[in-house]
Amino acid sequence: MISSQAYGDNGKMKEYHYSGPVEHKFSPYAFNGGTVLAVAGEDFALVASDTRLSEGYSIHSRDSPKCYKLTDTTVIGCSGFHGDCLTLTKIIEARLKMYKHSNNKSMTSGAIAAMLSTILYGRRFFPYYVYNIIGGLDEEGRGAVYSFDPVGSYQRDSYKAGGSASAMLQPLLDNQIGFKNMENVEQLPLTLEKAVQLVKDVFISAAERDVYTGDALKICIITKEGIREELVPLRKD
Amino acid sequence: MATVSVCQYHPGGFSFENCKRNALLEADITKLGFSSPAARKTGTTICGVVYKDGVVLGADTRATEGMVVADKNCSKIHYISPNIYCCGAGTAADTEMTTQIISSNLELHALSTGRLPRVATANRMLKQMLFRYQGYIGAALVLGGVDCAGPHLYSIYPHGSTDKLPYVTMGSGSLAAMAVFEDRYRPNMEEEEAKHLVRDAIAAGIFNDLGSGSNIDLCVITKGKVDYLRPHDVANKKGVRTGSYRYKHGTTGVLTKVVIPLNLEVVEESVHTMDTS
Repeated sequence: MISSQAYGDNGKMKEYHYSGPVEHKFSPYAFNGGTVLAVAGEDFALVASDTRLSEGYSIHSRDSPKCYKLTDTTVIGCSGFHGDCLTLTKIIEARLKMYKHSNNKSMTSGAIAAMLSTILYGRRFFPYYVYNIIGGLDEEGRGAVYSFDPVGSYQRDSYKAGGSASAMLQPLLDNQIGFKNMENVEQLPLTLEKAVQLVKDVFISAAERDVYTGDALKICIITKEGIREELVPLRKD
Repeated sequence: MATVSVCQYHPGGFSFENCKRNALLEADITKLGFSSPAARKTGTTICGVVYKDGVVLGADTRATEGMVVADKNCSKIHYISPNIYCCGAGTAADTEMTTQIISSNLELHALSTGRLPRVATANRMLKQMLFRYQGYIGAALVLGGVDCAGPHLYSIYPHGSTDKLPYVTMGSGSLAAMAVFEDRYRPNMEEEEAKHLVRDAIAAGIFNDLGSGSNIDLCVITKGKVDYLRPHDVANKKGVRTGSYRYKHGTTGVLTKVVIPLNLEVVEESVHTMDTS
């Protein structure tokens, strides 16, 4: 194993010695942090995101929410590379207007989700570095959540977390909303009050351990009455 | 007389035995497609200031593993001797072990000289060890203390260079802390003003640097007295959760149960009461 490597790769030593021409590359992406979360209930949907925009070890802004209102019944949460988030939301809004003008009605949540999938796959070989989650009400007034990967694969869920703290939040939601890994528990349907309380608690915990999550939490509550917003402070360190 | 030192025999010069081995192992691992485990760094803000009667050292309390917080309340101000303390930034294991090794050696040295150790001695020992390892020990330190020649403050870099200055900052939050120092530092400050300045410098690191966070620890060293204030300021309280997430008994399903009785014979029985007076 090691004997054949006697004059092979220098490994770490090459950091301290000049070892020939070095190729420098420009990366078109940056990671700006942030976490988004969406929950679907019987007659409501929630889309929540933290409001911190960071890069490397610095904070660009403490007030940059990642939820964008698309229609009266749909909100999208985008996290990842902020440049691509802005461009993608502009494109979605333009396509929404085009649909409204040609079809004389607003796009439904399911239709927006299908459209977003094609927009993302259109850039399959230079992707939008964005983790999207759409939350809204479907045609029957029931809550709907659609989660995406950066190249357009999507599915309808009842709850999903995305972004930097997604790996911390998703198992907790699986347990509290999906009642996974529990027995002898009464599986009551999720009420709006319980869902909002859960989302706040879950973000408080994420802010403790994830450095990219913090500052404030913005929750968009979508019901048949319209979209209501709530702002909750989080840890600022 | 040669210095008595613990745990190490160094015949002089550079000890590179492990570096070549590590480089080859690293190449092997990368070839198999894995990455070697990353050392936990503290991603820190530490600083120190010399004031009228002594030195004030400050540190935040967050330890990170990548961009996840590993310890929300770790202690970064390490004991070197009764009159000398050292803050550490960089790789957590390196700062911990290096300060402990030098602390042991300094204690033996103090017994040999019969005098209270000097800060310059600790500085020499630290820089000579770090230089010997050519930067492979990732420890960036702020060393401060008061000895017979007055208060002293040094910053020590992983490759072994040192600076003797009236105010220093180290770590990922050092720029934020230094900005505060450059604005408000004056020579010969009073104790309260110096403590307030260090507190504000660490707070700048905590709130503006993602690698630093949680609380502010302070250590005030004067001639004959050390105030180790941990925490001096709880700058960030844990958020209060409104829901209750306790599980009732029986929530975890029991699949199988095997009981193995241990048949023991009582040979001797004695009762010792605890002195609770």
